[in-house]
Amino acid sequence: MSSVFGVDITSEDILENLSFFDSWEERYKYIIDLGKELPAIDESLKVDANIVRGCQSQVWLVPTVEGDQYFFQVDSDAHIVRGLLAIILSAFNGKTAKAILDFDVDAYFESIDLIRHLSPTRGNGLRAMVSRIKDAAQA
Amino acid sequence: MSFDVNIIRQDFPILAQTINDKPLIYLDNGATTQKPNAVIDAICHYYRHDNSNVHRGAHTLSDRATGYFEQARQTVKAFINAASTDEIIWTKGTTEGVNLVAFSWGLENLKAGDRVLVSQMEHHANIVPWQMVCQRTGAELVPIPVTEDGELDMDAFKALLDSRVKFVSMVQVSNALGTVNPVKEVIELAHQVGAKVLIDGAQAVAHWPIDVAELDCDFYAFSGHKLYGPTGIGVLYGKQALLDEMTPFMGGGEMIETVTFAKTTYNKLPYKFEPGTPNIAGAIGLGAAIDYVTALDRKAVAAHEHDVLQYALERAAGYEGFRLIGNAKNRAGVMSFVLDGAHPQDVGTLLDQQGVAVRTGNHCAMPIMDHFNVTGTVRASFALYNSREDVDGLFNALDKVKYFLF
Ligand SMILES: Cc1ncc(COP(=O)(O)O)c(C=O)c1O
Repeated sequence: MSSVFGVDITSEDILENLSFFDSWEERYKYIIDLGKELPAIDESLKVDANIVRGCQSQVWLVPTVEGDQYFFQVDSDAHIVRGLLAIILSAFNGKTAKAILDFDVDAYFESIDLIRHLSPTRGNGLRAMVSRIKDAAQA
Repeated sequence: MSFDVNIIRQDFPILAQTINDKPLIYLDNGATTQKPNAVIDAICHYYRHDNSNVHRGAHTLSDRATGYFEQARQTVKAFINAASTDEIIWTKGTTEGVNLVAFSWGLENLKAGDRVLVSQMEHHANIVPWQMVCQRTGAELVPIPVTEDGELDMDAFKALLDSRVKFVSMVQVSNALGTVNPVKEVIELAHQVGAKVLIDGAQAVAHWPIDVAELDCDFYAFSGHKLYGPTGIGVLYGKQALLDEMTPFMGGGEMIETVTFAKTTYNKLPYKFEPGTPNIAGAIGLGAAIDYVTALDRKAVAAHEHDVLQYALERAAGYEGFRLIGNAKNRAGVMSFVLDGAHPQDVGTLLDQQGVAVRTGNHCAMPIMDHFNVTGTVRASFALYNSREDVDGLFNALDKVKYFLF
């Protein structure tokens, strides 16, 4: 259930690490490596109901609540998307509903240089993901 | 005449730029081609000097705009060897051309028990309109199977041909696979059972001269923007006798002769299918694009394009993890592939970082993706300004993609 993201690796860590890189190669390598650390979700969870629409690749999201903490299992068939999912999870995973709803995701994306360079299609997919997370926290 | 790709490239100003600090390698020509100066200048010139509505005003500008607009129609007529400009209908692209035929000819002529055949490798633009019209008329839309190599299964096609088949609508060159279909034979066979035929020439027109008289197709649709022309303009060719019988499916100004609240009579061809103000600048731009292409030595262009595509396929054959999707013997313009273990979207993103523009995804052709059991591919598609160096650039960039993903 619990991945390192949001727990051992926070959004601050991500921002700090990304700030060390000058080249796109390093940034992408880092993001892809983050994706590799993301645990795959169980095949049985890859059902239509868990698919996040608006992404070119397939993306799944399964929220669970433990006490007042929200956890998210996510997966994708694309490596770069998995890395981006890890970046999102670092901000939201294991947080309370209030922390999730209060988190300024636009500012976060803004400070990650990479996100600015994403195509609108890809950007929309990420936004769709974030709204699913916020919806879960609002429920 | 001959052909020098380095000289040709200078006609296309957009190519001389960097993307992510790398020289642009544009390999997304199947989606749209870039425009030569001749086209850009023709459009600018029109707006700077001649802009006016066509067939309407009683003034010099309107006469001039109408003149250039109709001259462009003449250019298209000659380009595809139609019998008359009455057979050349301006559309906004291939999609509108197919819709026009499906909704005008199809709604009027199809009924329950009839069949419309399309191939399994069609673009959605040549599936969905027929599906819509079949739903309304009770006719049945039947896919013609494609072989493992991505070629049309001619035996299966012949087996499907019987008196129920009223229409065959087929792509000449598949945008997803690059397969060139034997459309002349398809048309001949379809005619033998009395079916009409539309050819979707979207991916064909840029590559070799099209002769609708020789093909004997009933309809032929293409888009200007895949032929070095502007977006928002396309052509539907139809045999005059058929177009004469058909009732327009869109109404409005320009397409009428007289209107009362009791009855409207339609204008003559081709205007009866062109309601509303047309894309005048687009038509003029397309005319300029055709002039540009036909002024080249087209044999030399085709030989050059063939060489670049063959070279790409050769490099692909020896490239580890490279799986070509579609292996037709006769192909044009397109190399569709997956890298084993890599999502096409990842490949596309990492190629883009290196200045290489390709398309990834299902290419608006989901049925053929299902056939090959993939959700999408990476597609490199070539135009006359691409070179062997572009192919090398693609494979160098793929080396780096592998380094990232594996
Ligand atoms: C084979 C084929 N048919 C139809 C279309 C649709 O063309 P347009 O979008 O210009 O109408 C395309 C464009 O991608 C195509 O490749």
